[in-house]
Amino acid sequence: MSLSSDLRASREILSNLTMREVRGKYKRSFFGQAWSLLNPIASLTIYTIVFGFVLRATPPPGEPSGIDVFTLWLACALLPWNFFSATVLGGMSALLGNAGLIQKVYFPRYTLVVANMFAGLVTFGFELLVLAGIAVIFGSNIWIWIPLVLVFVALLALFGLGIGLMLSIANVYFRDTAQFVGILMQVWFYATPIVYPVTLIVAAEADMRENGNDFPLLWFYQLNPMERFVQIFRDLLYDNRLPPWGDMAYCLGATAVSLGLGAWVFSKYQARIAEEL
Amino acid sequence: MTEAAIRVENVSKRFRMYRERNQSLKAALMRGKRATYEEFWALRDVTFDIPEGSTFGLIGENGSGKSTLLKCIAKILQPDQGQVVARGRLAALLELGSGFHPELSGRENVFLNGSILGLGRKDLEAKFDEIVDFSGIESFIDQPVKNYSSGMYVRLGFAIAINIDPEILLVDEILAVGDAAFQQKCMDKFADYRKAGKTVVIVSHAMGSLRSMCDHAAWLRKGQLVEVGTTAQTVDDYVDATHVERPVEVAADPNRWGSGEATINDVELINAAGIRSSRFRTGERLTIRVDFDFHQRIDKPVFGLAITTLDGVYLWALHSRDGEFVPDSVQGRGSVEMTVPALMLQPGTFEVTASIVDYSTTHTFDFLRNCTRFDVDLGHPRESGGPVALGGSWGNLREL
Repeated sequence: MSLSSDLRASREILSNLTMREVRGKYKRSFFGQAWSLLNPIASLTIYTIVFGFVLRATPPPGEPSGIDVFTLWLACALLPWNFFSATVLGGMSALLGNAGLIQKVYFPRYTLVVANMFAGLVTFGFELLVLAGIAVIFGSNIWIWIPLVLVFVALLALFGLGIGLMLSIANVYFRDTAQFVGILMQVWFYATPIVYPVTLIVAAEADMRENGNDFPLLWFYQLNPMERFVQIFRDLLYDNRLPPWGDMAYCLGATAVSLGLGAWVFSKYQARIAEEL
Repeated sequence: MTEAAIRVENVSKRFRMYRERNQSLKAALMRGKRATYEEFWALRDVTFDIPEGSTFGLIGENGSGKSTLLKCIAKILQPDQGQVVARGRLAALLELGSGFHPELSGRENVFLNGSILGLGRKDLEAKFDEIVDFSGIESFIDQPVKNYSSGMYVRLGFAIAINIDPEILLVDEILAVGDAAFQQKCMDKFADYRKAGKTVVIVSHAMGSLRSMCDHAAWLRKGQLVEVGTTAQTVDDYVDATHVERPVEVAADPNRWGSGEATINDVELINAAGIRSSRFRTGERLTIRVDFDFHQRIDKPVFGLAITTLDGVYLWALHSRDGEFVPDSVQGRGSVEMTVPALMLQPGTFEVTASIVDYSTTHTFDFLRNCTRFDVDLGHPRESGGPVALGGSWGNLREL
């Protein structure tokens, strides 16, 4: 059974599970769905104060858009990261969190991981709409880039899904995974130019070269697919320019590898999870 | 016989029993592998067909692999060897309402659970009223299910599962759901199912209801198939083979009291052949012998015997004064017998209570509650339910 035909067959489950995630998440909290916007606003405010005012990270103004707003610049990378992080962390616990269901009913197991991604996508979609509106107010000309934004939202979703699929299985077999990944995601966050511009890394490499150290820091730094993803989102939303073809190809490749590996690991180990849970 | 709805082909399932279940990475790294475990075959090379339209029972003792097999059929577990081929949509009633999200309303959960069980939105909308009606919780359907009582929870779960109208229904000992009226509704629904020619697979320990509901059965022992055939034959063989003679024991303190001038040493159950047994058939002769020890001479002692069901329902008692058997006096060791010519009890397990009291039956010398047990298997008369057999007969049909 191919993954895509399976996916079509379980569309109904997916939409219902997604609804469960979306509606269940903020149920009974006073602000309800508003939290899905309040949360990113809060973290944007914190990072703006800490990195924009206190540590004075100064990203270059948008080229060619000419926008120079730190918070907006931050949001263009932070929101995609949050979505990615939610897809990975939520996907990781999707199997373990639904142990009762898995042990009692048969349905395609990956729907749990995929539904978690879709639930994140719904939130991310709203956030992007708000972000796009604000960017337009500040003079960003995003209209012609919308198709590319959608393409990269889809790629980012699949990239995160692949990792989520792998981790969901790993988490069943090794309960340490969740703790371990929690730390890893923090490291990953700071290894990605979200709260500081990549020019700082370029400068650090130049410093090292002056001191006689020829370590290719930027090359290593840019191995991180999330670096490419956030740069692409910034290119499109903040700078309004076509991202480098190399970056786009790299993201596509990373997504293919992640999803391929995720699907392979998942289909190889999913048969036993009902008894391993 | 029609075609098989489910083919179980050489199915084996192995479980790992971890000696030290340690799912931490540290342990895995230090040992070089995940954990040490022993293998345990829950199912070993099981092959049989479940014919379409049959109501099929899976029987066996605890740990014989019945539920594992049911889960393999339901695709929840994957066999290590062999395969299960099922034709048609399949629904498993393993645990009702297991997919409910507590914060969502009953209505939302119907759609969620229904889709997990494989029904599309349109079908669910068409059946929604029927489901709610069946569950009998109309007024709560828009409440979050976490506010439901446990009975409402399983009723809704059952209503969804049974109304999605699967071609094959798998049931694991869950019919003790809800009140009597709801159980009756479930039974009616099962009857409709059978009439509609759908396949039902039931795992149960209740031999009586299996016998009346199922037409075919398979008997598993330690993961291996012992017998498959008609229910009557398979269940009889199973009951014959697995019956363990209960050791006759005189129970300890909490169920015993009395002044102790006379004591009961043993209570024996003797069958028609004069052999001590703990197993009888309906209609068989039963003799209960009470071995006593009178530590002093007692005038006109009265021996009492009573039978209760396992849940303590008081079915019968007879003491020797009412039995018009009053010895003038008794001293020392001895025994006395009470004989029932035909045991009018239906299949089940029963407890015996024995006592020795004085002639006024107000002073107790020794009283042993539930001092021994016996099982009753199917015999004659063969009647349909309840603890007692009355030997009724049908007849005199008149059409006006």
